[in-house]
Amino acid sequence: MRRALLTASVVCVALAGLPRPAAAQFDITGSYNAIFHEDQPERIPGPSLGDYLGLPINDSARAFAEAWDASRLTVPEHQCRAHSSPYIMRGPLNMRIWDERDAETEQVVAIHVDISNFQQRRTVWMDGRPHPSRFAEHTWMGFSTGVWEGDTLVVTTTHIKQMWHRRNGLPQSDQVTLTERFSLHGSVLTYVTITEDPAYLTEPLVKSTNMLRNQRPLPPQQLLYPCTAVVEIADQPRGAVPHYLPGQNPFLKEFAAAHRLPETATRGGAATMYPEFRATLK
Amino acid sequence: MALRVLVTMAAVAGAVTLVVGQTAGFETLPVHGQVSMVTNGRSNVLLQSGPQGVLLVDALSETDGARLVDVVRSRAASKPIRYVVNTHADPDFTGGNAAVAAAGSQLVAGNFAGQVGQRAVDGAVPQAFVVAHENVLKAMSAPTGGRPAAPFGAWPTDTFFQGERTMYFNGEGIFLIHVPHASTDGDVLVFFRSSDVIAAGDIYNTLEYPRIDVARGGHVNGVIEGLNRLIDLAIPEQFTEGGTRIVPGRGRISDEFDVVEYRDMVTIVRDRVQAMIAKGQTLEQIKGARPTLDWDPRYGSTSGPWTTAQFVEAVYRSLTAKEGR
Repeated sequence: MRRALLTASVVCVALAGLPRPAAAQFDITGSYNAIFHEDQPERIPGPSLGDYLGLPINDSARAFAEAWDASRLTVPEHQCRAHSSPYIMRGPLNMRIWDERDAETEQVVAIHVDISNFQQRRTVWMDGRPHPSRFAEHTWMGFSTGVWEGDTLVVTTTHIKQMWHRRNGLPQSDQVTLTERFSLHGSVLTYVTITEDPAYLTEPLVKSTNMLRNQRPLPPQQLLYPCTAVVEIADQPRGAVPHYLPGQNPFLKEFAAAHRLPETATRGGAATMYPEFRATLK
Repeated sequence: MALRVLVTMAAVAGAVTLVVGQTAGFETLPVHGQVSMVTNGRSNVLLQSGPQGVLLVDALSETDGARLVDVVRSRAASKPIRYVVNTHADPDFTGGNAAVAAAGSQLVAGNFAGQVGQRAVDGAVPQAFVVAHENVLKAMSAPTGGRPAAPFGAWPTDTFFQGERTMYFNGEGIFLIHVPHASTDGDVLVFFRSSDVIAAGDIYNTLEYPRIDVARGGHVNGVIEGLNRLIDLAIPEQFTEGGTRIVPGRGRISDEFDVVEYRDMVTIVRDRVQAMIAKGQTLEQIKGARPTLDWDPRYGSTSGPWTTAQFVEAVYRSLTAKEGR
């Protein structure tokens, strides 16, 4: 009996250590293009400086953005920075999704996503492996694991580099956790993200996007994005960090003035996400 | 009941499996090439292991030195510890020198054997060399005649005073680059050229604002220079990511862009404090203006060994010191 118990426990441990097969409910592999019917002004031309509308930011995020100078992108070490995973999927992109299977069992080990914007590759591990140590390095795409919830692929990503929540200097910290939900409806892939950032957001930031599945594969040149840093400002000193001292950024009120919006709205914060906020402006 | 016993046994066995190869409270992570990082959660050690033996960058605190030896033994059981290189004199990094050096050995010959390490005098096997900038030895040994800050066995045995020193060990060149007046007056970056890994010591810290010991010659401008030097040395693989890995004295494994964001932060805080000093503001007024507000949720602290207030004061003291850096 004792021997049987021991054998059974060893088997249990061994089974617990095996990769768990991921039962794909939908085949989302294929080539996709972005559709820009949602939030087009932010996603294509880009947001105005000082526009923090509808973002649940805190005072620290606002202070960071108000000091940010777009000239920072002229600094060579900033030039080829990629967008991070919570941001990149809403940009102008072509995307290719394919799965990786174990040669013996045909179980899906991972789902890979090639993104043309900054030529990034994401790997979503489907084999139940844990996320790395908090002392492991962070990357633009982070470390992702996925599970199927019914017909929806749910992806959790950690270990993401510091980047921005909005392309006008609003910071996204390297402490974010990104939850993504991929649902395929016919040829339309609905993509919902929930970004939690304990450093700069007071509530989760939720966004949705649609992408269209292509009938034809993407040619290689539609997935390439070479980038080489160059000297853009000849006399820029080594170690330059373009920024504005507090109160000296001249561009922060342009957006409110152009759209005749009260400054309290443009400065963002969780309250500006909800319809009730309108009443406070009357 | 039998099922419950089975599940419990399985859970215990699984838990035991998880910690095999790890000393409790310590983590070891591969970095790049033949370099790994050992951390106790508060400070980090780099472990380079190869045919010639083991080289460690820093040695944790005095209380963790013996446990660090256990980690090295579990990773490189048959290889002797030849060198400990100290990035600076902070006891979180040098406290374990004595235990680690005593567990190691070094190849010496002739009259020199009697000069290296305490045990060599007794005819026993010499201990590992402890390499550091000479200002680290000064900080730990109190050459002015005061009470030494550290026990003799923890002192560096092999120091240098030049701007750079080179070593060749385990098939790769190793650069020791002195950064004057950074977190202290004895900081060095340790660059493993083939593994493409740099140990940054307390110049770079992903857990908190940089620690600057102004009383020991530290200065915010030296920290910024050290961060810029790291950026100069690092070569990212693509899209400013990967390539050269940089290991902070405290916190997670990084690459160039992580250091860029940190450099930007320290530079902006320095500029803000400088501007307020120029306006005649006092230290208390500057603290009240919260020049670190943007990064406080990420690096700030109101308690513990290194608070936001201490960092702002160190920046202020740096910039108002009589001798400029």
